Amino acid sequence: MRLWDRLMCYCRKRSPWLFHLNSGSCNGCDIEIVAALAPRYDAEQLGVRIEGSPRHADILCVTGPVTKNAVCAIKTVYGQVCGPKAVVAIGSCPATTNVFIDSRTLDGPLGKHIPVDVFVPGCPPRPDAIIEGVAKAAEILAQRGSKPIEPVLTDEPANAEVQA
Amino acid sequence: MNLLTALARLLIFPGILFAIPAAWFFLWVERKSVAMMQGRIGPPFMQPFYDFIKLLGKGTPPRTGIVGGLMRAWPLIAVSTAAGAVGLLPVLPSSGGFQGDLILLLALLEVPSICIIAAGFTSRSIFGEIGSAREAVLSVSYNVVFLLAIISVAASQHTFRLEALAQAPATPLRWVGILAILICLPAKLHLNPFSLPNAEQEIYSGPMVEFAGPELAMWELSHGLEWVAATGLVATLIAPQMAFWGLSALVFVALSFGIVLLLSALAAATARLAIDTTVRFYWQCTIIFAVLAVSSALFMRLRS
Repeated sequence: MRLWDRLMCYCRKRSPWLFHLNSGSCNGCDIEIVAALAPRYDAEQLGVRIEGSPRHADILCVTGPVTKNAVCAIKTVYGQVCGPKAVVAIGSCPATTNVFIDSRTLDGPLGKHIPVDVFVPGCPPRPDAIIEGVAKAAEILAQRGSKPIEPVLTDEPANAEVQA
Repeated sequence: MNLLTALARLLIFPGILFAIPAAWFFLWVERKSVAMMQGRIGPPFMQPFYDFIKLLGKGTPPRTGIVGGLMRAWPLIAVSTAAGAVGLLPVLPSSGGFQGDLILLLALLEVPSICIIAAGFTSRSIFGEIGSAREAVLSVSYNVVFLLAIISVAASQHTFRLEALAQAPATPLRWVGILAILICLPAKLHLNPFSLPNAEQEIYSGPMVEFAGPELAMWELSHGLEWVAATGLVATLIAPQMAFWGLSALVFVALSFGIVLLLSALAAATARLAIDTTVRFYWQCTIIFAVLAVSSALFMRLRS
């Protein structure tokens, strides 16, 4: 591997910027994400930063069981994150739809719509589990950057370019 | 100033070779000191460098035509003007300069802000447009005080040459001017409590919302260079005269570092103000410094 690629790989691992997307969560996991950045757990030591715009982010953190209203937004936001990118599903809801299974307002789990790299189960998961999940996603991101193959999982492609 | 000194100042010290690592260092100091004041450990020393390299390797959304060209051009213009502004600072003794370089410095310091306004409108995002409008209003508010303070300091010394200004003796007027400039710096650098153009919770980072990858890396770099230029301007006005160039460079870096710490402490201790409160603050409260500076400059001119 060339020196520049190795440097890039290392920098990607050390600088994961997150975009937090709520797909109908009860806010339990959202509070834990904030707790992961707060003084007790301090995820900024790993270079983690919550970004306001999906264009700036590397890792998409999705919470919630994916309601029908949220599907379009999830695909749009996933398309707006520039590559290389990774997705972390935080909590049991995006993984299995949890206690809301068989609800007529849901179109989950998340894996049906966008490819998920890391699942962090729990209802809600602990902040240290979220940080571990983000660190794993950052490693996946670094490997994906050196071999630019985007994961393809869904039956219909994500909306690549949506202007606000 | 001959061509060789001009090139050395622009490319080596205090220009690009010094300014880019200094920009990353100041960005780190800002994040680290905010983290420490919140009881956190904060990012590692190399974090702004990691962020910059990572952003260079990211993709950008496909854009074509004039909008694509402009969106690539604005961050580059902002970086080059901020680097030019740093290169003009009279850090080393007898480093040259020319009559009127203060005016050029002020113009160059203003260009990144204009680029941000233009970039928000070019991106055609509603959040970008709101951010740009806020930046424009903010820029009109703080620039009245900022420019009046600098111009009155310069007028009292009968010169628009930076080096002569840096060597001039410290008068009470000069300290009023420096205080007024310091009050304007948080707004110029988009720090709390005046961080409303790039409010990440309310308007998704404002003018930067559509920028990604290398373009965003250039914006981060231009922000860091603005830190170096703005704190450096105050540092050159405060710094005592040194005969030895190494010592004056050290004093410059130490004073800039002190100002960065001061501004970071202010940013960590305050919350974001609304646009009307900010405008009222600059037009009603701080204009007194500008009026004081201008009137004492006029008084000094009449006396001399």
